[in-house]
Amino acid sequence: MSHHIVEVKHLQHIYADGTVALQDVSLTIHHGESVAIIGANGAGKSTLLLHLNGYLTANSGEIRIGDFPLTKKTLPEIRRTVGMVFQDADDQLFMPTVFDDVAFGPFNLGLPVDEVKQRVKAVLEQVGAAHLQEKPPYHLSGGEKKRVAIATVLSMSPDILVMDEPTSGLDPFARRQLMGLLRDFQHTKIFTSHDLDMVVELCQRTIVLHKGIVKADGPTLEIFNDDALLAECRLEKPLSMQGCPVCGKGR
Amino acid sequence: MHMADALLSPAVGGTMWGVAAGTIAYSSMKVKKELDDSKVPLMGVLGAFIFAAQMINFTIPATGSSGHLGGGLLLAILLGPYAAFLTIASVLVVQSLFFADGGILALGCNIFNLGFFPAFIAYPFIYRKIAGSQPSRTRLSIAAIIAAVVGLQMGAFSVVLETVSSGISSLPFSTFVVLMQPIHLAIGIVEGLVTATVVSFVAAARPEIIRAGNDPVTPGRLPLRNVLLSFLAASLLIGGIVSWFASENPDGLEWAIAKVTGTEEVTGTEEGVHTILASLQEKIAFLPDYSFKQEAAGAAEGENNVDGPEGDASGRLGTSVAGGVGALISLALAFGIGFVLRRRQQFA
Amino acid sequence: MRSIDGAVLDLKRLDLLATGDSVIHRLDARAKVLTTLVFIVTVVSFNRYEFTALFPFFIYPVVTASLGNLPGGYIVRKIIMVIPFAFVVGMLNPIFDRELFVRIGPFAITGGWISCASIILRTVLTVGAAFILVGVTGFLSVCEALERLGTPRTFTVQLLFLYRYIFVLTEEGARASRARELRSCGRKGLGLASFGPLIGHLLIRTWLRAERIHMAMLARGFTGEFHSRQVSGFGWRELFYVAGWSAVFVVLRMENGAQWMGRLVTGVLS
Ligand SMILES: Nc1ncnc2c1ncn2[C@@H]1O[C@H](COP(=O)(O)OP(=O)(O)OP(=O)(O)O)[C@@H](O)[C@H]1O
Ligand SMILES: [Mg+2]
Repeated sequence: MSHHIVEVKHLQHIYADGTVALQDVSLTIHHGESVAIIGANGAGKSTLLLHLNGYLTANSGEIRIGDFPLTKKTLPEIRRTVGMVFQDADDQLFMPTVFDDVAFGPFNLGLPVDEVKQRVKAVLEQVGAAHLQEKPPYHLSGGEKKRVAIATVLSMSPDILVMDEPTSGLDPFARRQLMGLLRDFQHTKIFTSHDLDMVVELCQRTIVLHKGIVKADGPTLEIFNDDALLAECRLEKPLSMQGCPVCGKGR
Repeated sequence: MHMADALLSPAVGGTMWGVAAGTIAYSSMKVKKELDDSKVPLMGVLGAFIFAAQMINFTIPATGSSGHLGGGLLLAILLGPYAAFLTIASVLVVQSLFFADGGILALGCNIFNLGFFPAFIAYPFIYRKIAGSQPSRTRLSIAAIIAAVVGLQMGAFSVVLETVSSGISSLPFSTFVVLMQPIHLAIGIVEGLVTATVVSFVAAARPEIIRAGNDPVTPGRLPLRNVLLSFLAASLLIGGIVSWFASENPDGLEWAIAKVTGTEEVTGTEEGVHTILASLQEKIAFLPDYSFKQEAAGAAEGENNVDGPEGDASGRLGTSVAGGVGALISLALAFGIGFVLRRRQQFA
Repeated sequence: MRSIDGAVLDLKRLDLLATGDSVIHRLDARAKVLTTLVFIVTVVSFNRYEFTALFPFFIYPVVTASLGNLPGGYIVRKIIMVIPFAFVVGMLNPIFDRELFVRIGPFAITGGWISCASIILRTVLTVGAAFILVGVTGFLSVCEALERLGTPRTFTVQLLFLYRYIFVLTEEGARASRARELRSCGRKGLGLASFGPLIGHLLIRTWLRAERIHMAMLARGFTGEFHSRQVSGFGWRELFYVAGWSAVFVVLRMENGAQWMGRLVTGVLS
């Protein structure tokens, strides 16, 4: 299953105003891996993700998804393979009702109406939002929006799931639910997060970005045990790995 | 300066609906053909932006009162004429349905008054001509102010014409013009100033946004002659239909009903070609004297009003009392039925 | 001036009414749009001195609102908010039209007052009809109806986008505006100098958002075509609804129902 490999080579991105968001980023992610990309605010995480489905074009460097290099010609196919959940769910939910929104992608794939309906029902159940079907997106809460946004992406049956800060703004229960959801997703997962405890729970591998370069790339636990690295990159140990300051138990 | 349903006659409202619908159809075709599909979400989202912007107030310089952005000219600068026209039209649709700004029948008038002039006249022929492609701050402000003023003056004048030819308001043409134009001169200057401030801010921070609006439909592709010709044709059409309706009968629907049912009595005052011609002349004369009070009242009240054109006021007393009592009863009846229906709904 | 938060809440409330389920809600939206149009055209087709004949027309909004289970108090309050504007417009009529119309005892009523009252009544009826249309249909269905009645797709689609993002952007605008108000003392700081950049920022953010939305659409295979599921059809019920109400309106237009009823009652009493 090597064809769902994600390869980024010497990626550089400079925004129109001259900000160098990515200096030189290289990484390879294999099929079925679950990878977290962490780093301080402004480290370039969102910028990196937006390259993976061709929203931003690199100033230099190369991206390969599966067997194809990312070019204008392969873009439609790659966008189908890479499902991206945006940081702000409002950007993603643009149709009149939740149903229409989730059905938007499958309709564009040219599926017949019955199959679209089935698929919509299935993914909405998967994210626990079946009861929201007929609601318009602007009547949803933040967590509900997030779940529906994930459903819209799942409805395309992507091979690679890319998410920008999936748990930000969720209440503890919704966060738990989402983490369960992600654990069940069998394919490649790549996400950025400031929720380091979630990273520890869900990802075997972590990539640390700092000022537009890859500062570290390795097993999650190793990275969180490297105090010097964490300090340099404005990060800290997840709470679950620290001693409990209240009851005094722990390491 | 939203036009309201309550001030419109069906003939004027209907004609303007036709004109607005035609312009929407044409602009939609243009947008679909000439612009890429990324424009459609952009138009919608910018329409929503206009809503948000209109809710935020600012203090008007030198007066202390507060105002808000209209947005027509700003949209034209950002999107070009066709897309801007469609966006303004959809803002007005939402306003008419949710905020009762204007009304459903008045929508045609409002789309024309507030959409057509900024998008197809003020922006391409005034703003673009004065501002050029790389305007300085002052030049941009001057262009925006003049364009906004011209657009609003035309819109305001259009409101006057629509109101007067509908004949529901008693405001004489001259008074109305004297009232409307100066107010909209002031509003136009403020609108121009605000538009210029916003445009120069965006031009400095994100020049590509302002440039994007300039590209798609340049004034070169929108020749003045064509616009003027189609405008002329439209106004002839409007003038023709409205004055025909208005002269044939004060209310078009009554006329239509008479035609359909074949009843004579509703046609009331009009008999023969003479009266038609006479009243046609009266309408075409620019300041129609809407003295059809007696005629209209007479027509509506039928045989009760036999005292001649003087319309003896005391003679109307009988009908008026009966009418007043009846009005109250019908109101009570309507709400009574509503109450019963509601109860049944709750038990069902 | 309307407070922003209030306006947004109000919008949401009216929109939520449309999620109700009633005989009226279940009708195809086209039937309701057409009936509303016929109603408004009939109401405004009266000459300007018609007052009493307008009253029987209340039957339509009242019956529709009742069958649609709309909260009466809310609709009435929304209409009352519009009346002052109608009054301002109508007020000019008594000034310019002082001809005596009717004398009731010591009171002389001029034509201007009658037409002023007529304008207010027209406003109540037409505005009420519009609110009720949205309340029993919902904006999205109104759009769909417009499209199926021949409005170009480009127009209706961007109308839907507009509606969708009103909620997002007004909230964003409200936050920005609140921040500005909190940091300006009294009227100072609320002028053009801060308004320009504030609106400019909002505009830039809006623009970038539109780009992200387009991106999200492309990511899900958008090729310029919108597919929609057609839920309802225009059947006999709809035909009956439109034709029935239109007949009522035409009859009420030709026969002054109030006059007729009034004569009946006063005739019986005397
Ligand atoms: N559209 C833009 N134009 C110019 N500079 C930008 C733009 N978007 C981001 N940047 C800059 O690029 C850098 C990287 O931004 P990016 O959004 O990728 O950070 P991030 O790691 O996702 O941060 P956060 O954790 O806050 O989401 C930042 O310095 C930011 O200021
Ligand atoms: Mg980010």
